[in-house]
Amino acid sequence: MSFGLRDLSRRKSIWESLHIDFPLLIALLILLGFGLMVLYSATDGNLIQLRRQVAFIILSFFAMLVVAQVDVHNLRRWAPEMYVGTLSLLVAVIFFGSTSGGAQRWLDIPFLPRFQPSEIMKIVLPLSIAGYFSKRAIPPRFKHIFWSMVLVLLPAALIAIQPDLGTALLIAVSGIFVLLLAGIRWRLVFSFVGVAILSSPALWVFYMSDYQKQRVKTLINPQSDPLGSGWNIIQSQTAIGSGGVNGKGWLNGVQSRLDFLPEGQTDFIVAVLAEEFGLIGMLFLLILYLVIIGRGLYIAAMAQDTFSRLFSGSIILTFFVYVFVNIGMVSGILPVVGVPLPMVSLGGTAILTLMVSFGILMSIHTHHKSLIP
Amino acid sequence: MTSTYIEKEQSIWRLCLVSTAAITLLGIIIWKILDLQVINNEILQEQGNRRTVRNDVINAHRGNIVDRNGQALAISTPVLSLWLNPREMLPNQQAWERLSVALVDIEVNTDVLWNRMQANAGKEFLYIKRRLAPTEAQIILDLAIPGVYSQEEYKRFYPLHEVAAHVIGITNSDDVGQEGLELAYEDWLQGSPGSKQVLKDRRGGVISEVKINEVAQPGKDLVLSIDSRLQFLAYRALKEEVTRRYAAAGTAIILGVKSGEVLAMVSQPSYNPNNRINLTDEAMRNRAIVDLLEPGSTVKPFTVTAALESGLFDTQSIIDTNPGYIQVDGQTKKDPVNYKEVNLEKIITKSSQVGAIKLGLAMGEVPMLDVLSRVGFGTAIGSGFPGEASGVLPNHSRWSKSDIATLAYGYGFQVTPLQLAQAYMVYANEGLLKPVSLLKTENAVVGERIIDQELARTVNSMLETVVSKELGGTGVRAAISSYQVVGKTGTAWYYNVGGGYDTENYNSYFAGFVPAHNPEIVAVVTIHEPKGEEYGGGQVAAPVFKKIAAGAMRILNVPPDNEAHTHDQISMQYTLPELNQPGIRGEL
Repeated sequence: MSFGLRDLSRRKSIWESLHIDFPLLIALLILLGFGLMVLYSATDGNLIQLRRQVAFIILSFFAMLVVAQVDVHNLRRWAPEMYVGTLSLLVAVIFFGSTSGGAQRWLDIPFLPRFQPSEIMKIVLPLSIAGYFSKRAIPPRFKHIFWSMVLVLLPAALIAIQPDLGTALLIAVSGIFVLLLAGIRWRLVFSFVGVAILSSPALWVFYMSDYQKQRVKTLINPQSDPLGSGWNIIQSQTAIGSGGVNGKGWLNGVQSRLDFLPEGQTDFIVAVLAEEFGLIGMLFLLILYLVIIGRGLYIAAMAQDTFSRLFSGSIILTFFVYVFVNIGMVSGILPVVGVPLPMVSLGGTAILTLMVSFGILMSIHTHHKSLIP
Repeated sequence: MTSTYIEKEQSIWRLCLVSTAAITLLGIIIWKILDLQVINNEILQEQGNRRTVRNDVINAHRGNIVDRNGQALAISTPVLSLWLNPREMLPNQQAWERLSVALVDIEVNTDVLWNRMQANAGKEFLYIKRRLAPTEAQIILDLAIPGVYSQEEYKRFYPLHEVAAHVIGITNSDDVGQEGLELAYEDWLQGSPGSKQVLKDRRGGVISEVKINEVAQPGKDLVLSIDSRLQFLAYRALKEEVTRRYAAAGTAIILGVKSGEVLAMVSQPSYNPNNRINLTDEAMRNRAIVDLLEPGSTVKPFTVTAALESGLFDTQSIIDTNPGYIQVDGQTKKDPVNYKEVNLEKIITKSSQVGAIKLGLAMGEVPMLDVLSRVGFGTAIGSGFPGEASGVLPNHSRWSKSDIATLAYGYGFQVTPLQLAQAYMVYANEGLLKPVSLLKTENAVVGERIIDQELARTVNSMLETVVSKELGGTGVRAAISSYQVVGKTGTAWYYNVGGGYDTENYNSYFAGFVPAHNPEIVAVVTIHEPKGEEYGGGQVAAPVFKKIAAGAMRILNVPPDNEAHTHDQISMQYTLPELNQPGIRGEL
């Protein structure tokens, strides 16, 4: 009964009519601001890079607002077409993509800025899988699980051969989250995990390339190759550790600013933050992420229908995985995988994708509330 | 409806479960961060500092060397050494191109530098060029080429160039004394370098100075006894003569009689300490202190002193040198002409070999060795000069007549030119031995009496006759107007290292002091292997002594003591060789 009462008494707030989730917005803005501060230090005040980043943030912010206005069910209707379209782009990358840094990830289409189709897939894949299950029985049947796995592994494989193993895994994970939330039987989950563990030696021998093996070895003992593959992790741990509790202060990070820390602006930016802001800064960052993830999970839990719930749940859990994998790798818990720190690392397109996904969360939270009986 | 509800419950439950898993994972991260930032914090901080914090040297200013009047002899001026970091420069083609263009101005061969850089690709430090003038280096530093740095150093400069090179010596490229007094007083001159803590980036570039650990302590100045004016005078006079006579080498020393200070000390050949290209050991040797020579006839005043001290002879004693030669152990020694019956004074004036031998044989070796060792022969001067030679007095187990005769006319033992000067200073001080110093002495020097004053005066008056035209002395060319010169010529056969005397080559000497009464300076001139007709001490060394003595009297403002001498004496001297040929020949 309280349900009905609340529904009656409830008046749409201004934020709701704008389709904006206020707590999420505030947390995101603080995180972006803090991120820019760290980035300023990490890039040594490189204004060209910073201006580009700010421009992307502003663009992403408006993209988020626009996406928030769109009812996700309209997206769901177009999901198959979007899936096929993005998949074709990924195939196109193999044939026409441009190479940079030893990987073929970008697509140059006339009159459009250069972009990575895998970024689009980060949103399209959970959308498609969630769409797929929204029309089928839940908990899902084995047949559906099989086909959904095909839908997940197809783009993941295309991205893996670019090669961009990190992104491929994360995209696969975003699809698997949908399956998990859809109520896949634990028996199945555990047998998957078991198969994965059992097949890992085979993966090691037949699939993983030498540099990937080295990264795993490095994780176990960074000192085995301190000037080679161990360099990054030793330097980042040194930077984090030398920050201590209070940090050395903004712009005073020695390890990062004196070039000892590689990739301090992108994948290893957490180390810069940790050195300059110390444990306090790290806890502040983790709390910000926790607020965002908590709010995202709340939105998922409050979602009105299966599709919205699966989609938003997958988005926010994938976001969590980004955070965990990045910080885990920089602090030496996980092997080095090329995953940037969401919302903070240098790189505009990643922020654009994330903000669009937060737009989707906001949309889910602010649409169709009144439709509930 | 029910199914939707269950469906919803089901997936919310899953959501909670996944969230719990997520929070657990975040907990792991927080634990790891705590581990790094709190538990292992100190080790990692230390590791971090080890990567970036370095201690760099601050070079200390080396003490200046100045002469007795404060004139600079060796000074350190700040210079900049340019260096580059190969690890920074090699990958940066653009920086290298900019540097190559700029290096043309400071005359650095870019091809050579490029090869050196390749060879040191893994290093962080490579000199481009050392010791540039600060203005010159600044032009390149102002280009702000990444990987190019400078280091402040000091460059040693010697304002007197060749003139005082042997005494002062030189430092090496690291500002450490290598030769001469630069080496001898290294500890005094050298400051203690300081150190500063700097932050360096991964390629070794200095980012900022953190703090000064230790301030550089500059070295102390060294005040030499040298008088630059006299040094110039002696250098010019010696070089002129050495050049004119095509001599192999030469030395000239001026000592201050009252203080025992070395006022000038020059050697030929010399070298330019400001330009170290083509340095040879020959040119760098300070022959005045390092080289040993047989003193030859310059030893005769000591023989006469021993004779007087022995009581066997006095100023009235007559020695018969007839028939102008003498047989000793089957060897014949002769005077150029037969001087017949002579007194001690004439033995000195004419430098009679036969006379000296007869004195020696009469008294034996003991009195002679006694005098020679008292005036300082066989004992190091103790100047502290690196490589100072002490020479030895002969120590035969059994003295033959020939050995004794040899000692009496100055062979069979070796002395340095500085020892000879010190020994003559004993007569200038009327029997007092004073220590010789290369540093300016502050207090009056009290000598040690080693020869009776009266006796010394007597020998001095004999030595005055050496430059007397009227008496036909051997050293007439050393005489100067207005001042009475006291001295002795010497000519020694050149002793070959392989053994035996080279009868073609001679060393010629003049040792003496001026003015005769209340003398100011002692001077010794040695010229080695002069070529040509003239080679005797009276012909080759005496004119150099004259120039030095005359110039020194003027520079030191010494009141004349011999107004009787007239200027025409100078013109007379040119006729002297013909007039007095036998005398000069006979001064061996």
